[in-house]
Amino acid sequence: MDFALSPEMETYRDDIRALVAEVVTPEVTDRQHTTGTFNSYELNRALAERGYLERAVPGLGKGDPVELWLLFHELEKAAAPVDGISMALMIAGVVAHAGNDHQKATVLPDLLTGESLVSLGYSEPDSGSDVAAAATRAVRDGDEWVINGTKMWTTMAHEAKWILLLTRTNLDVPKHKGLTMFILPMDTPGITFDAVHTMGTERTNATFYDDVRVGDEWRIGEVDGGWKVMGVALAFERGVMGGTAVGIPLLRHFHEWAAHEVGDDGRRAIDDPVVRERMARVAIDNEVATLLTLKAAYLAGTGALPGLEGSMCKIFATEAYQKAARWFAHAAAPASLLQFHEPGAAADGWIEYDLRHSPVTTIYGGTSEINRNNVAERHLGLPKAR
Amino acid sequence: MLLDLTEDQRAIEDVFGGFFRRECPTTVVRAAEPLGFAAALWARLADLGAPAMGLPEAAGGGGASLADLAVVADAAGRAIAPVPFVDHAVAGRLLARLDALDDAVLDGTTVATLAVRPAVAGAPAWSLVPSGAVASVVVGLVGADLVCVRGDGPGTAPRNHGSMPIADRSTAGGTVLATGAGAAAAFAVALAEWRTLTAAALTGIARSAQDIAIRYVNERHQFDRPIGAFQALQQQLADLPIMIDGAFLLASKAAWAGDRGTPGTIDVGHCDVTDFETLAAMAFIFAGEAAAHATDRSLHAHGGYGYAEEYDIQLFFRRARGWTLVAGDPSKECLALSDRLYGPAGAVEGSRS
Repeated sequence: MDFALSPEMETYRDDIRALVAEVVTPEVTDRQHTTGTFNSYELNRALAERGYLERAVPGLGKGDPVELWLLFHELEKAAAPVDGISMALMIAGVVAHAGNDHQKATVLPDLLTGESLVSLGYSEPDSGSDVAAAATRAVRDGDEWVINGTKMWTTMAHEAKWILLLTRTNLDVPKHKGLTMFILPMDTPGITFDAVHTMGTERTNATFYDDVRVGDEWRIGEVDGGWKVMGVALAFERGVMGGTAVGIPLLRHFHEWAAHEVGDDGRRAIDDPVVRERMARVAIDNEVATLLTLKAAYLAGTGALPGLEGSMCKIFATEAYQKAARWFAHAAAPASLLQFHEPGAAADGWIEYDLRHSPVTTIYGGTSEINRNNVAERHLGLPKAR
Repeated sequence: MLLDLTEDQRAIEDVFGGFFRRECPTTVVRAAEPLGFAAALWARLADLGAPAMGLPEAAGGGGASLADLAVVADAAGRAIAPVPFVDHAVAGRLLARLDALDDAVLDGTTVATLAVRPAVAGAPAWSLVPSGAVASVVVGLVGADLVCVRGDGPGTAPRNHGSMPIADRSTAGGTVLATGAGAAAAFAVALAEWRTLTAAALTGIARSAQDIAIRYVNERHQFDRPIGAFQALQQQLADLPIMIDGAFLLASKAAWAGDRGTPGTIDVGHCDVTDFETLAAMAFIFAGEAAAHATDRSLHAHGGYGYAEEYDIQLFFRRARGWTLVAGDPSKECLALSDRLYGPAGAVEGSRS
């Protein structure tokens, strides 16, 4: 094996690192925790201006998954607000992969400006992990489709220009064969939303579809072929495009705190052997999570859709992150209880934030339980248990 | 960037994977207990050139890289082969670097090993040396000196958890190969190589533990179903391939860093680590966890049979721990790793992230 980045990749990484240092200011980072919207148009625009968005999208520009990994690895390490841009790039990839000419002429260039966001309409009030049970109905009416239903966890919908929508078009076939995907403008009449606030500050939404009428040009993929489009989107989502480097800024933030603050016992946390052992273990977990994600990207670069590898690195990285958040919250207690902007907060509030944010990472984008089912069935070849 | 085995390494995997599957079924492992050394198997492995494989071509060896050796170590680990492949390869490479290699080590008629835990100056012996029971050449640190002691091992081992041919070995009468900073540096490289290859071998143990578990849960029926159909077991077993992939990637990265031979970086704040000794320590700690975890899950998937001597998983369970703990307390390995990553405890300066 050869783990060295090519000189070209190193240049790319250094460019991104410099861009992030310039654009992702403390104010930008802080704003996400105030507004609950984990997006920075400054960052998105800066990436777009340099052509990095188009270059990174799977199937477009350079479309090298290892570069895509490098991009998100650098952004995540800097704790930059990437939720908006990661969904935009993911869906740009889906449109490039499965979209029609109309969508490639409208949605795709728009997403690549960095000015427009997209929300993912998969889950519903009664279907989450069992996502193929989606009940939102799309019914043909002449040349149009009429859509009715409700979607949950449609993060960014309050900012987004586009919504990717998984609908039921056929009731007479097994559930995953009766789905059709659409990508719609969020300002289509009949679409409304309500805020859903979360423990991790991040705002998400419930979205409602009430006799939404759209033309067939907004359908993406085949009629009753929505499950296939979903597979493409999930393969991009799990792993390569973010969410697996979260332990790296956590360790850096904790390290900075532990090396400077003297506790009640008169010594620094970093001098405590229990803490030092855990810091070593977190560094190892970060390295493993990075390698698993890089391997998923590398496999994607060989032409495979790295769905399973993505599941595997997501399970590992997010659970390691939760463990690290717990360990460091213990080591920095009670200062780890204090939130951003409170005097004396451990690592300026980051430890408390990670303790609060980490639980969601084994839920969104596919729960650890569902991902383990995938690994058990598709990697280990065990019988289907659902 | 290449995150797969090279074609040459696939060929190595075919040859040695095939060799161990053919020549080292678990009946051979059991027959070699309690000592944990099968002389006939070692001789056949020597016929394939394995003892000299990783030695420099100039010295008559095969010139294989550390990454190549890791592929063999993985295969040996899968078979829990009772042969000192890793210990011998690492000690031989160290001897070669210090111009102290001889033909008997080269062809494997003499077993060489590394005393992985240094002895303090004046100590009469290295304790519980890996392969110490069967090695005729032991290299290790005694205080500030790197010492090579020649003489046959006792041929028996204290009964031990991993059925390993470990033994205390006298430090007396040895030749000083290097001293001071040179000795410390040479030993550090050898220890990093040992950790890297042992990590690969432990990954092999984890692979077999997974295979054994999958076979068993597909065969064993309870409640009129194969127990592998139950999510309670599936969820537990699904972690194994993740830890195995992670362990092998990390061991391979350590081997890559070792083969490069150029100074690497330690930037933990950016998770940018290419330093060989640091990666070797990480790989060894993680693979130890992976092997312990995989064998534990696999044993428990068997229920009571996993605890029965008759079933093979106990052989793997014990070696997963033995091959790890022979190097000492993993928590202390973590502390030493932290010194590399963050600077020593108590040092206000020296933080590197």
